[in-house]
Amino acid sequence: MKKYVQIENVQMSFATKQGTFVALKDIDLKIERGEFITLIGHSGCGKSTLLNLIAGLLMPTAGVMLCADREIAGPGPDRGVVFQNHSLLPWLTCFENVHLAVERVFGATESRAQLQQRTSAALALVDLTHAEHKYPHEISGGMKQRVGIARALSMQPKVLLMDEPFGALDALTRAHLQDELMKIVATTNSTVVMVTHDVDEAVLLSDRIVMMTNGPAATIGEILTVDLPKPRNRLAMANDADYHRLRGAVLEFLYQKQARKAA
Amino acid sequence: MMKFRKFFAESLVPPLLGIALFILFWAVLSQTSENLPGPMKTWDSAVVLFSDPFYQKGPNDQGIGWNILASLQRVGIGFGFAALIGIPLGFMVGRFDFLNKMSAPIVNMLRPVSPLAWLPIGLLVLKAANPAAIWVIFISSIWPMIINTAMGVRQLPQDYLNVARVLNLSEWKIFTKILFPATLPYMLTGIRLAIGTAWLVIVAAEMLTGGVGIGFWVWDEWNNLNVEHIIIAIIVVGIVGLLLETLLVKIAKRFSY
Repeated sequence: MKKYVQIENVQMSFATKQGTFVALKDIDLKIERGEFITLIGHSGCGKSTLLNLIAGLLMPTAGVMLCADREIAGPGPDRGVVFQNHSLLPWLTCFENVHLAVERVFGATESRAQLQQRTSAALALVDLTHAEHKYPHEISGGMKQRVGIARALSMQPKVLLMDEPFGALDALTRAHLQDELMKIVATTNSTVVMVTHDVDEAVLLSDRIVMMTNGPAATIGEILTVDLPKPRNRLAMANDADYHRLRGAVLEFLYQKQARKAA
Repeated sequence: MMKFRKFFAESLVPPLLGIALFILFWAVLSQTSENLPGPMKTWDSAVVLFSDPFYQKGPNDQGIGWNILASLQRVGIGFGFAALIGIPLGFMVGRFDFLNKMSAPIVNMLRPVSPLAWLPIGLLVLKAANPAAIWVIFISSIWPMIINTAMGVRQLPQDYLNVARVLNLSEWKIFTKILFPATLPYMLTGIRLAIGTAWLVIVAAEMLTGGVGIGFWVWDEWNNLNVEHIIIAIIVVGIVGLLLETLLVKIAKRFSY
C-alpha cells in the first residue's frame, strides 16, 4: 500500500520566555490513501500542532514530513484545511468564499464557467446550493462549517485536514454533520486527518485513532485500528459490541493511562 | 395610531423639549445682556439672510451659501489629499513593523500640535492664503487616517491570515479580498474623525486667512458688530458638521461586519 502522508521522527519545539518548550517529539505516522485518521488526546497534547505541521502552517524543528512523496515545505492546495471556527471571510458570500479557493487552484487552467461550476458543485456536495448567495452572518454555525468543508474540498486536496471541525457546534448539529461527512468522504474517497476530543466521533468516523500522550513533549501513545464495517450507522452502533469495545479502549487510554494529574 | 403616538412620545418629544429649553435659556440670557440678540431677533435676521443665500456683491460680500460652499470645498480638497496619502501610508505602517517603529516618534510628536500652528508654514511655502488653508486641513486630517488605517491592518485576525496561507493566495488577492475589506471599517472611523477635525479647524483657519468662507464670514460680521449673523453662523456650522457626521456613520454602517 502506498504511504500517502509520511511523518518520521518529527519534533516540534517553541521558543518561549522560559526557554525552549518541546511540544511534540518522536512522532512517527504513516497514513494511507483514503484513510480516515483522527488525532485524540487531552487539551494541550499537541494534536492541533501536529495538524498544523501537516498543513504546513508550522515547520517542524526536526524530522521529515512528506505528502505524496514531496516534502511539506509550507501550506499548499494539496492539503485542504477546515478550521475549528470556520474562518469564512464575512464580506464574501458562501459562493465567493469557495470560489476564492477554486480560483486559486484551477484559475490558471480552466475557464470562468468551469470555475463557477466547480464552486457550485462543492456547495452542492455539502447540500448548501440554496445558501450560495448568503453571507456567513446570515447562516447557522453548522452551515458555516459546511461551507468551510466545501471550501477545503473544492481544491481537490490530496488530504483533508480538520481541526476540531464540529467542536463549536451543538450535539445534534454535530451528529448531523458527522453523518454528512461520512457520506462525503465515501463519495470523494478523501484522505482525512481530523483532530477531535470527542471519543464517539473518533470511533464512528475513523479507520485508525491516533491517541496522544499528555504534553509537554507529547508523542503518539497508541494507535487503535477501528475495523467496524462501513458504511457505519449511528443507531446501529449504539448497540454494537465492537463499537463499545473500541470506545472503551479509547476511554481507558484517555482516563486511565493518560489521566490528567490535576483537572 | 398607537404606533405614531409611541414614536411621538419616545423619539420626538425629548429632543424637541431640549431645543425648546435651550431657546428659552438663550431668550432669558439675552434679556440680561444688551449686546446678545435674542432668539426672535436672530430668527428675523436669518429669514432675511436665507431669502437670498447666493448673492454676489464683490469678493468680500457674498451670500452665506457661497461662504459655506467655499469652506466645504477647502475641506474637501485638503481632506481628499490627506486620504490619498494617509490611507496608503497607514497600510504600510500597519503591515511593516519597521515602518511603524520608524514613523511612531514623528507621528506621536506632530499629532497633538494644533493644526493652526502649521498655517504660517503653509503661507510661507505656498505663498497664498487659500492653499495655506487647504494645507492646514490636510495636516489636521492626515493623522487620524494614518493611525486608524494602521490599527485596522494590525487588528487583522490571525484566522484570516491562516486562510490566506492555506489557500496560498497571491499578495494582490490577500490585499483585495482580505486586508482591504478587513481594514475598511477602521479606515472609515479614521475618515470620520478626520472630517470632524477638518470641519472644526476650517472656521479658525479662515478667520486667519480671509477670503470667502464661513470662518471669514464670522470674522467679518464681528467687525460689523452683527452678532445675529455670528449666532446664525454657529448654528449653520453645527448643522453642516452634524450632516457630514451622519452621512459618514451611514456609510460606515454599510461596511461593518
